Amino acid sequence: MSAVKLESETMADGASQLQKQLVDYTASLFDEAFLDEQFNQLQQLQDENNPDFVVEVVSLFFKDSERLVDELTKALDQQTVDFKLVDKNVHQLKGSSSSIGVQRVQRACIAFRDCSEEQNVEGCLKSLQHVKHEYSLVKNKLETLFKLQRQLLAAGGPLPR
Amino acid sequence: MEACNCIEPQWPADELLMKYQYISDFFIALAYFSIPLELIYFVKKSAVFPYRWVLVQFGAFIVLCGATHLINLWTFSMHSRTVAIVMTTAKVLTAVVSCATALMLVHIIPDLLSVKTRELFLKNKAAELDREMGLIRTQEETGRHVRMLTHEIRSTLDRHTILKTTLVELGRTLALEECALWMPTRTGLELQLSYTLRQQNPVGYTVPIHLPVINQVFSSNRALKISPNSPVARMRPLAGKHMPGEVVAVRVPLLHLSNFQINDWPELSTKRYALMVLMLPSDSARQWHVHELELVEVVADQVAVALSHAAILEESMRARDLLMEQNIALDLARREAETAIRARNDFLAVMNHEMRTPMHAIIALSSLLQETELTPEQRLMVETILKSSHLLATLINDVLDLSRLEDGSLQLEIATFNLHSVFREVHNLIKPVASVKKLSVSLNLAADLPVQAVESLRDFRAPEFFPVQSDNHFYLRVQVKDSGSGINPQDIPKLFTKFAQTHSLATRNSGGSGLGLAICKRFVNLMEGHIWIESEGPGKGCTAIFIVKLGFAERSNESKLPFVTKVQANHVQTNFPGLKVLVMDDNGVSRSVTKGLLGHLGCDVTTVSSIDEFLHVISQEHKVVFMDVCMPGIDGYELAVRIHEKFTKRHERPVLVALTGNIDKMTKENCMRVGMDGVILKPVSVDKMRSVLSELLEHRVLFEAM
Repeated sequence: MSAVKLESETMADGASQLQKQLVDYTASLFDEAFLDEQFNQLQQLQDENNPDFVVEVVSLFFKDSERLVDELTKALDQQTVDFKLVDKNVHQLKGSSSSIGVQRVQRACIAFRDCSEEQNVEGCLKSLQHVKHEYSLVKNKLETLFKLQRQLLAAGGPLPR
Repeated sequence: MEACNCIEPQWPADELLMKYQYISDFFIALAYFSIPLELIYFVKKSAVFPYRWVLVQFGAFIVLCGATHLINLWTFSMHSRTVAIVMTTAKVLTAVVSCATALMLVHIIPDLLSVKTRELFLKNKAAELDREMGLIRTQEETGRHVRMLTHEIRSTLDRHTILKTTLVELGRTLALEECALWMPTRTGLELQLSYTLRQQNPVGYTVPIHLPVINQVFSSNRALKISPNSPVARMRPLAGKHMPGEVVAVRVPLLHLSNFQINDWPELSTKRYALMVLMLPSDSARQWHVHELELVEVVADQVAVALSHAAILEESMRARDLLMEQNIALDLARREAETAIRARNDFLAVMNHEMRTPMHAIIALSSLLQETELTPEQRLMVETILKSSHLLATLINDVLDLSRLEDGSLQLEIATFNLHSVFREVHNLIKPVASVKKLSVSLNLAADLPVQAVESLRDFRAPEFFPVQSDNHFYLRVQVKDSGSGINPQDIPKLFTKFAQTHSLATRNSGGSGLGLAICKRFVNLMEGHIWIESEGPGKGCTAIFIVKLGFAERSNESKLPFVTKVQANHVQTNFPGLKVLVMDDNGVSRSVTKGLLGHLGCDVTTVSSIDEFLHVISQEHKVVFMDVCMPGIDGYELAVRIHEKFTKRHERPVLVALTGNIDKMTKENCMRVGMDGVILKPVSVDKMRSVLSELLEHRVLFEAM
C-alpha cells in the first residue's frame, strides 16, 4: 500500500471526495492483487516532465498484450503447435506485465509458461483462457482508475501521491 | 754287260735274310711314323704341355729315323745313285737330329723330374690345408657352443638357474660324465659341493680350500687338468675296474659388489672363487682337446659375469626395499612433526590468552597500587613488581610472535595504509615512554614520502626517511638513531640472534630479552627487506636502519570482482543529469518503463529494440548500457562479448548492465564471464536504480542488485 499524502484544505470539496474515492479504489486494487509494488514505482516516475507517463505506458501495455494474446490464440489453434513461438510470446507478455505491475496477469503468464515448457496443449489453452480473463479484468480496473484520475484532474485537485 | 751307275750292295742278296730285313725295316718305318702322330694326337688332346719344341725335335728325330729305315727298303735290291744319295742325306740328318736331341735331353730331364717334386710338395700342402680346415671348423663349432651356452646362462638373473644351466649345457656340449660346482662356504675356509649334473641332491661334501690342487687351479685363469683321484674329483663311487676319464678344473670368479670400482675390472687378490670340475666319461679314451679347454674357460668367465649381474640385481632390490622403508619412516616422521607443530600452535593459542590475562591483571593492579599512598619501601617494591611484570609481558609477546614468525605462520596483510599516519602514531606511542626515561624523540619525514602505500607494516621503530622511487614501487628507508652508549662493532653480528644479551640499544626496554631485534629482522625478511645496525663504537651511539620495498597504492581495483552487497550511503547521487544511457529491450512495455525510470533520474535515454539497432547506435558517448539478456532468440551474452571487442580500452567502453527476469547462479556466472559490470533483476524500483547508477559510476565495479 503506498503512502498517501492528502493535500491541504485549499482543495474543493468535490475534488476531495473524488480524491478519497480514487485512493480507496487504488487501495482495493492493491488489496485484490491486481496491482503490485511495481505500479507504485511507475506512479513515482510521473512528474512535471512526464505528466502522462503511467497512462502512456499502460496503453502501450494494452496494445502489446492484445497483440500477444491474438498471436497465442492463433498459435494454439494450429494443427501442430509451435511451442517455441508460444513460449516466446508468453515470455514477452510476462515481461510486460511484470514491468507494469499487473500481478495477476503476471502469475497467469508464469503458469502458462510452465504448460508450454511441458508442451501440454490442453494446459496451454486453459492457461490462455486464464490470462485472457485476468487481462480483461485488470484492463477494466485500470480504465476505471484512469477515468477517476481524469475526473479528479478536471475538478482541479492534484493526484494523490 | 753295260756299265751302270748302280751301287751294289755290300753283301750278296741272300733271299731269306733279305726278306726278313725288308719286313722289319718296313715295320720300323711304320712305327716310327706313327709315334709322332700319336704324340701329336694326344698332345692336342691335352691342353697343357710345356715343351712343344721338344716335341718338334723328337718328332723330327723320329720322322727322320723312320725315313731312313723306309729308304733302306730300296737299298736291298739294286738301287740307283739317287736313292743312295737320298739315303745318305737322310742318315746324316737323322744323325744330326738325334745328337741334338740327346744333348737336349740332358737339360730337360732334370726339369721334368723337378715337376714331380713340386707335385709332391703341393700334395703335402693340400693335406695340411685340409687339416687346418678341420681345425677351424672345430673351433667354429666350439664358438657356436659357447654362444649357445652364454645365451642360456645369461638369459636369467637367478643365480641358481644360471649355475644349473651352465652345468647342464656344458655336460651336453662336451658329452661329460659328470660336472660339478664347488662353492666357497661362508667362512671361506672350505669348498662345498653345491651343484652337480647327474646327482639330484648333492650330499654336502666339503673339502678344505687350501689343498695344493685347488690352489693351483685358483692361481691360474686357465682350465687345468687334474688328477681323477683328487678329492674334488671323487664325487661318485667308482665302479670297479673302470678307468676314470680325464678331469679338468677351472676357477669361477665370484664378484662382490664391494669389488667394483667404476672403471676398473677388479684385479684384487682377495677374490673368492668357485671351482668347476668336469669329468670325461670313463673308459672312453677321450682326451681333453685344447679347444674344449678353451670352451670351458670361456664358459667360466661368462658364468662369473652372469653371477655378478645376479648379485647386482639382488643388491639393487635390497637398496630399493631399504629406500621404501626409509620413505615410510620419513613420512611418519613428517606427519609426527606436523602434529607436533599443530599441537604447539594450539598450545600457544591457549597459552597466549591464559598467560596474558594474569599478566594484565598484575600490571593493571600494580599500576593502580602505584597511585595510592605508599611508603618509600613499598613504592620501591611496587615499582620493581611493575618493571618485572612489564618485562615478563614483553617476553611473552615476543616469544609468541617469534614462534609464529619462525614457522612461517605469520602472513603479511596486503593492504593500503597511510604511511604518514603510521609514523606519527608510532612517534606518539614512543614519546611518553621516552619522556619517562628523560629521552627526547624526534620524527623526520621526507618531503616526497608517499601518503599511501601497500603492504602491512606490523612493527617498526620511529623514523627518519629517505624513500627512493621507481615505477610501481618505492624503497622506504627507516633509520633509528640514538646517542646512547653505542655498541662494540664486534657485538653487532650477535645482535640479531635470539636471546643474545646486549647492553642498552634502542629496544623497547633496556636489558630486554634480546628478542626484539630478532623479531624485527624476521619481519623485515618477510617483507624482503634488509636491516642492519651501525655503530662507531662504545659511547658514540648507534643507528638501526632498515629498507623495505613498498608499492604505491592505486585508487581503483579494476581487475577485482568484489561482490559488494551493501551500498555506501554517503555516495549515492540523487540525480544523474545528462548521463547518456542506452537501453536495449525487445519488450516495448519494459522498454518504456525503463526509459521512464532512467529519465526520471535525469538521464538522457536512448532505446533500441534489437541487436542490429543497438550496434548501430552504440557509441563512446553512452556511459551506461542496460541490456535485457533474456531476449529469446538473441544471445545477450554474445552481444556483451562483441561490445568488449568493439571497445578495447576500458575507459572508452560503457558500463554494461544486464537486466534479467531471473537471477539464478548460472545467469550471474554467465554475466561475469562475458564481462558485464552489473546484473539487475527486473522489475527495478527507482531507489534501486538510483543506487545502482551511483555505484556503477563511482567504482565501475561488478556488483549484484537484487
